[in-house]
Amino acid sequence: MQGDESDTGIEPYSVPTAPARPGEQAVFEEWTATPGDLSRPDPATCTSDDTSEHAFGLVRVLDDEHQASGEWHPELSADDLRTGLEFMSRLRIFDDRMMKMQRTGKLSFYMRSLGEEAVAIAQTMALEEQDWVFPTYRQPGAQFVRGRSMVSMINHCIGNVEDNIKGRQMPVHYSWREGHFISVSSPVGTQFSQAVGVAMASAYKGDDQVTITWIGDGASAEGDYHYALNFASVFKPPVILNVVNNQWAISTHRNLATGGSNFASRGLAYNIPSIRVDGNDFLALYSVTKWARLRAGAGAGPTHIEVLTYRAAGHSSSDDPSRYRPEGEREAWPGGDPIERLKLHLIAIGEWSEERHSEMEERIDNEVMAAYKEAVTHGDLASGPWPPASTIFTEVYEEVPWHIQEQREELGK
Amino acid sequence: MANMNMIQSLNSALDIMLDRDETVLMFGEDVGYFGGVFRVSDGLQAKHGVHRVFDSPLAEGGLAAIAFGMGLNGLRPIVEIQFSDYIFPAYDQIVNEIAKLRHRSGGEFWTPVVVRAPAGGGIRGGHHHSQSPESQFTHTPGLNVVYCSNPYNAKGLLISAIESNDPIIFLEPKRCYRGPFYGDPHNVPTWKDHPDGEVPEEYYKIPLGEARLVEEGSDCTVISWGAMVHVAEQGIRDSGISCDLIDLQSLVPWDRDAVVKSVEKTGRCVIVHEAPKTSGFGAEMAASVQERCFYSLESRIERVTGWDTPFPHSTEWDYMPSPQRIADAIKRTMEG
Repeated sequence: MQGDESDTGIEPYSVPTAPARPGEQAVFEEWTATPGDLSRPDPATCTSDDTSEHAFGLVRVLDDEHQASGEWHPELSADDLRTGLEFMSRLRIFDDRMMKMQRTGKLSFYMRSLGEEAVAIAQTMALEEQDWVFPTYRQPGAQFVRGRSMVSMINHCIGNVEDNIKGRQMPVHYSWREGHFISVSSPVGTQFSQAVGVAMASAYKGDDQVTITWIGDGASAEGDYHYALNFASVFKPPVILNVVNNQWAISTHRNLATGGSNFASRGLAYNIPSIRVDGNDFLALYSVTKWARLRAGAGAGPTHIEVLTYRAAGHSSSDDPSRYRPEGEREAWPGGDPIERLKLHLIAIGEWSEERHSEMEERIDNEVMAAYKEAVTHGDLASGPWPPASTIFTEVYEEVPWHIQEQREELGK
Repeated sequence: MANMNMIQSLNSALDIMLDRDETVLMFGEDVGYFGGVFRVSDGLQAKHGVHRVFDSPLAEGGLAAIAFGMGLNGLRPIVEIQFSDYIFPAYDQIVNEIAKLRHRSGGEFWTPVVVRAPAGGGIRGGHHHSQSPESQFTHTPGLNVVYCSNPYNAKGLLISAIESNDPIIFLEPKRCYRGPFYGDPHNVPTWKDHPDGEVPEEYYKIPLGEARLVEEGSDCTVISWGAMVHVAEQGIRDSGISCDLIDLQSLVPWDRDAVVKSVEKTGRCVIVHEAPKTSGFGAEMAASVQERCFYSLESRIERVTGWDTPFPHSTEWDYMPSPQRIADAIKRTMEG
């Protein structure tokens, strides 16, 4: 048989698998990068070539002793760091609570950001308020930074009568125009190239909005990723293109998304300055994003960032990662946990304590529970009230056309 | 009034809208410096500037995505797909994204993209320069689908499409760019002496969703769109039977009132399109006509369409509906 290597001793083609599967020892390549390894080029004049070390290296600011150093140290105030810590904790506790609600049948579905909280939080904090955020389902955290109420978010996840998108999409597919947070779509990857168009429109209009978007390592195999990089390379709009390399796309290991092991360097082939950053290092991630924002604001065009992190939870509430990845992988991740690392940094510089942290977590947990209780006063999944059935027929077009109006009348609601 | 072919009238529509609304811009493969392979955007880059009329990389999926983003962020982008056969890399962006944005976001976001694409056969283009993909889009909630047939309606419909806040698939019968087509490849008239080649130079609109009664008769209703409108005209002449000929113009939404009114009068119905028969838009027409006109029908509804095969190269005249096939179908309806 053609596919049987025993005939020839030569594998017909390579079929990568994960380095470790259930029952095996979790393994990751050791990180050798340390803070201070990499220079911080001038954002406005930096070329793609100037970032070749950054694309193959790893920008880090926090060291193993939880101290910050190097050219990429963002010199944030302790207040800003505590704000970042609070947002990340808020997202994690919110996710925990919503996941419990899903498990008890109160939500149809849920997706956590566990282990990746810094991505949306640090990166959105590094932007200006007017900037467009074009997320996937793994960046709902941006809404905490922009001030969306948890009640409003939970209303969406339940799909009750107060859901601002009228029960039309699955939980976590938020849309929030007021916060410049663009509607999340399930097809992975489509937002990446769309974001380039959003940024081109900003450039055309001459406004001061920059667009940030994300894509997963898995979805970076989609054509949309390559369209995005090529159009961004050609037209040079103010856009920040992030590949969140969290190692897993459901059970598909990142080594099926690329034949190499590095995502950032793909940007160099498109002549776009490209940087790889420790995605669980809040300070490094903030700093690299701020740098990309400066580039965009200066008219220097796009930046491509690989955010190196680990998806600590399952893909979604429908996923059971113990079926395809080894126990202990999260603990083995060289980047640790983003919340723990920022907490320990704040403690190391004398600006935080375990007691204050516990108090904060308890306060947030109470706020989340209060928000949930308030949200269900607007309807729960089992008994409603849900958005009226008439919302099936509205906003398909700006006006309801005759054929849809007739179908609505046929339903009789 | 000026005499224009369809290329010139489309160019005029684009030129007027670029002048009137600074949020309008257009891009696509070869549309900028060169003015498009069919010359529809000829001269527009020189007049309106490289940031408003520009060439793009060869990536239809990227084009649609860029348009999505621009439309979401306050612009009115017009994308040209060089041949409608090449629209399919953009299908996900059009069907899942552009079409659904308004609904999925609870009305918070929308994107008024116009996707223009030359469609249909009759230019010896083989199966990848000849297809007529309208029913691939009429089945998608959130899209409007327009299919023009002559210089006059091309301009008026395109202006309406550009001003619409909904996304539009705008199909142009490339066989009719330079003249009407009556089904005889050896007889190639131009728009020069055709009344529909008389086009106002200024702004005007033809509302989306309204059909056009091309000619009025008493015994049979012939419904068509795109290049087949003219072939149907010839088929009616050849049949010697008095027919209403309806040019649908808009497929979504379509003008059911005009169709129902006509079929109730004539009691007979022939639907003509060049796309394949199975799941073609003619099936929707036929179903709707029997729903609404069941008691008026004197005979079964006939469909004359392209075959359920890939579109051929050298034998395309046996693929596309001919005046003969249309005339025969009309006569069959008269036999009850």
